[in-house]
Amino acid sequence: MWKYSEKVIDHFLHPRNVGEIENPDGIGEVGSLACGDMLRLTFKLDENGRIADAKFKTFGCASAIASSSALTEMIKGMTLEEAEKITNRDIANYLGGLPEEKMHCSVMGREALETAIKNYRGISGPKRELEGKVVCKCFGVTENDIRRVAIENDLETLEQITAYTKAGGGCGLCHQEIERILDELKAEKKHQEKEVSYKKPSFTNIELMHMVEDLINNRIKYALQQDGGDIELVDIDRNIVFIRLKGACASCPSSFTTMKRFIEKELKKEISPDIQVEEVK
Amino acid sequence: MGKIIYVDNNATTQVAPEVLESMLPFFKYLWGNPSSMHTFGGQVANYIDKAREQVAHFLGAQRSSEIIFTSCGTEGNNTAIRSALKAFGDKRHIVTTSVEHPAVLNLCKELAKEGYNVTFLPVDHEGHLNIDQFKESLREDTAIASIMWANNETGVVFPIEQIADICAEKNVPLHVDAVQAVGKLDINLSKTPITYLSISGHKLHAPKGIGALYVRRGTKFRPWLIGGHQEGGRRAGTENAAFIVGLGVACELAMKNRNTDVERMRALRDFLEEGILKSIPRSSVNGDRKMRLPNTTNISFEAIEGEAILLMLNEYGICASSGSACTSGSLEPSHVLIAMGVPFTRAHGSIRFSLSRYNTKEEMEYILEKLPQIVEHLRGLSPVS
Repeated sequence: MWKYSEKVIDHFLHPRNVGEIENPDGIGEVGSLACGDMLRLTFKLDENGRIADAKFKTFGCASAIASSSALTEMIKGMTLEEAEKITNRDIANYLGGLPEEKMHCSVMGREALETAIKNYRGISGPKRELEGKVVCKCFGVTENDIRRVAIENDLETLEQITAYTKAGGGCGLCHQEIERILDELKAEKKHQEKEVSYKKPSFTNIELMHMVEDLINNRIKYALQQDGGDIELVDIDRNIVFIRLKGACASCPSSFTTMKRFIEKELKKEISPDIQVEEVK
Repeated sequence: MGKIIYVDNNATTQVAPEVLESMLPFFKYLWGNPSSMHTFGGQVANYIDKAREQVAHFLGAQRSSEIIFTSCGTEGNNTAIRSALKAFGDKRHIVTTSVEHPAVLNLCKELAKEGYNVTFLPVDHEGHLNIDQFKESLREDTAIASIMWANNETGVVFPIEQIADICAEKNVPLHVDAVQAVGKLDINLSKTPITYLSISGHKLHAPKGIGALYVRRGTKFRPWLIGGHQEGGRRAGTENAAFIVGLGVACELAMKNRNTDVERMRALRDFLEEGILKSIPRSSVNGDRKMRLPNTTNISFEAIEGEAILLMLNEYGICASSGSACTSGSLEPSHVLIAMGVPFTRAHGSIRFSLSRYNTKEEMEYILEKLPQIVEHLRGLSPVS
């Protein structure tokens, strides 16, 4: 049996925003019955260009339904530019994580969102189209899809690629091809790491401040608000970021863990491994 | 956890109270080693002998020496097939079916990689083999045919008596995976010329971790586990006395109860199956409904996915299983349903209910009360109608 988080079970048993919006601004449809899961996302914008409403219909397992439900909750109130930045990891994190074998459900969510936005902009039909060379013919996964998911999730093995994209989960004829892509990515990453290490420290103080501000005010704030918490950026002194936890977070006994595990980890990952977070009471 | 309605007996069964009772002395007092040269240990061998007789009697074997105790069904399958390949070293061909349990199917795939020729026989829409095709598949160099008696997913029963006669006539050793058949079908090895037959305790109200392999007297045998002289030199390793005794009692119970068990399970299964088909639109049974185990039904619900159904059933304490991709840990639905030509969409939405002697009519009524609303709810979420 899969180990699902309480949040996954909650969104599965009580899915939010089920249905289809009439005359939607964007439609995104991914997957198929044959593949075992399928998601149809519709959204409508308000006069300020923010997502006023989003609905889903999903054929699939518990984590597919939960990922779809989470996605619709996450994007409500966002501009399309904000929504576009959502990665499959954000969806999985919102749900308190997914079993690795089920990560493809979060990828399906991100792909449906992307397709719906493209559909709104008139550059795609409602159905997701494959772009580039198809690697896995069983599940219709392209090299672009694999590269993107591998980079965004820091994947290194064939099994991970299958868990996240389904590629290679059918006849297995594409396994070598996937391993070739992984080798290429590894080489590219090494190359980039070299470049980065030459450039460090890479940001000016002002750049760093903007990046921290941006990350905290968008992604981190949003994630905490989902649990009734909030965050305020107080100050930045070189690599030390001072924050104040608010709302439910302020009184939460695990706020220290939240701060170190989640906030500091995100900042380290996204901006610089040198960053430290200090809480101001 | 609240009340559990257990209808997943092809996965495993509850240990019968009588079986548990029979095992306890072997943990408390009779814990000696049956190979020892003192009475304290040696007396345990008598209980093992008795269990061997109980198993032999249950299977209709002529001699108890034809029974080897194993750790599970998988071990029996591996032992039998590997033994035949070793004993008939010049023969490099294996015949099996595309719907075997992974314990045989994956072993045969592995053997194919090792260089053996393997024929995986197809099945028709009802899950049946073409007997003429089976007959033709047997060759001069066929070392073994391995055919399951009853399918674990659909319950479809193969005509093993007929298959065994064909093998005997062609002089090909036949291994039968009878893990799902025991206790539900009549097995009489003195009348059916089967060479090897594997059973597993935990599908028969004995515990997990015990099984038995029947090897017909006079069959060339090569052990798989090498070591001590236990089991007549055919399976090394100190005997799992408590579990062996438990298996013996489980076989005796199954024999005593077989007729009533079978009738009871069939009546409840039919009641459940007909109730589901009647109350849930676009539901259909997978596999032949006539030549089938009395306790199993495999039903597909269109436009929804099996894992989701299972987890909602789970909310009501109902335990079943599914052939959907999501539950298997792989990404493809059940190989059995796909081999039968069941469309992917129906395979993804398949649920197996498998009963035991302990199920009740009230439980079936409870399932019939909950399942229609679950299916309706999930269809409401589905983008396909």
